[in-house]
Amino acid sequence: MGPPRSLRSLPPEGAPDGFGRPGATGMLDGPAGPDLLQAVARLLRDTLLPQLPPHAAFQARVAANALDLAAREWQLAPAAQAAAQARLRGLLGQDGPAQALEAELCRRIADGRVAADDPALLQHLWTGTLDRLAIDQPAYAPYRHEIAAKE
Amino acid sequence: MSEDFRALNEALGRLLPRLLPGCDGIAGLQRLSAGATLQTWAFDAVGAGAPQPLILRRSPGGLRGAESLPLADEAALLRALAAGSPSLQPVLAEVLHVATPDDGLGDGFIMRRVAGETIPRKIQRDAAFAAARPQLVGQLGAALAAIHRADPATLPALPRRGLQATLDKLQARCESLARPNPVFAYALRWLQQHRPDPAGERLALVHGDYRLGNVIVDDGGLAAVLDWEIAHLGDPAEDLAWLCLPPWRFGRIGQPVAGLGPREQLFQAYQAAGGGPVDAARVRWWQAAGSLRWGLGCAGMREWFDSGRDPSVERAMIARRVSENEIDLLRLIAPRRDAQALWPEAA
Repeated sequence: MGPPRSLRSLPPEGAPDGFGRPGATGMLDGPAGPDLLQAVARLLRDTLLPQLPPHAAFQARVAANALDLAAREWQLAPAAQAAAQARLRGLLGQDGPAQALEAELCRRIADGRVAADDPALLQHLWTGTLDRLAIDQPAYAPYRHEIAAKE
Repeated sequence: MSEDFRALNEALGRLLPRLLPGCDGIAGLQRLSAGATLQTWAFDAVGAGAPQPLILRRSPGGLRGAESLPLADEAALLRALAAGSPSLQPVLAEVLHVATPDDGLGDGFIMRRVAGETIPRKIQRDAAFAAARPQLVGQLGAALAAIHRADPATLPALPRRGLQATLDKLQARCESLARPNPVFAYALRWLQQHRPDPAGERLALVHGDYRLGNVIVDDGGLAAVLDWEIAHLGDPAEDLAWLCLPPWRFGRIGQPVAGLGPREQLFQAYQAAGGGPVDAARVRWWQAAGSLRWGLGCAGMREWFDSGRDPSVERAMIARRVSENEIDLLRLIAPRRDAQALWPEAA
């Protein structure tokens, strides 16, 4: 395990002012939630984990990863969800709760009403997947590979 | 030290002297795997002579995944294979005992502990396995051929899950997802439209989870094939594809077979060991089916977590691996046109 990945380099675009952004917590005092989560993750990894027997150390590592994930979600999810909603509105020509739109898209894929090579469909599937991976598993090798190819 | 540990330690201490002559107790009981539903424990039988390294596989509450064989059936399969497949016997751990209700162990069985490493990244990267690595892809292919050659008539009754049954099951699981998943819907449609001809299907023993992590490797290479809990009768191409699934490359995505080598090497070793001809298009179909299956498996962990069936952090974090399978599916069946294909997953 390398040093904990910092959230400071991640773009805060789309998040409400100060939301989850280290050093800019609006009406709240700092450190912000994501920084607290990362501090606990560091405590688990650097201080507690080396003192634990193997099985407990494994669980502590998983717990630290979970805290990092929650911190990334806090920071990245609002913009990703808003963008997904906008793509779905354009793709389907209708509005509604995100989950209802996703369900409608699944129906249209299943019965062929949207073509497998529809560029807007592929754009939505790829962007949504990459946005989820940025939160869930940014170290996953195929994701790193696709991001490198994109840049 | 937990109550669970103490009870298990006592139960094994009572049982082992009845199983092994000269044994008067056990030592070094240690939990290896984290799963709340399936536990793996290591311990030594001690007494006269050298300590005997053993493993207990155990399911205390009996709660298991829907596809899993009961542990007693898994043990029966291991015994049948050891007796009937001489080429496979060297890579099977010997089953010593299947737990009875009197043992106080829950469902489970005890087998010999094979020395070596299971952790994929160590096998792929540590100097200790430098000599083993060049052998591994070939050994994995040859052992898989031996598995697929096993005569189903000599095996305990196993579930039958061929191509169409797998596809039907994937569809049912896609339709019951908590979050509707358009990438999975897209993959399902692709699988339906590209389904290989079921007429060419030969149902064979399929391991079902044949990958790095479920094998033991020592400095000579493949030492044991473990974790037979989702063995079934199915399409042999399923195992060939599963071994190449991107998550089981553990970071080395440019080496399709377990992050260790090219598919051609696997297919050649498999055919040379009598596994029969390999249809690469069929294996590719099963890779897509495999990514969808593992993706649905990850998604299903959310329900285990939310319902309290397994509220562990580990379970929760597997649920957040759904998107890994989304990108694997898209790279395979809908590669981005704007991205330069540095490694052609779609080829």
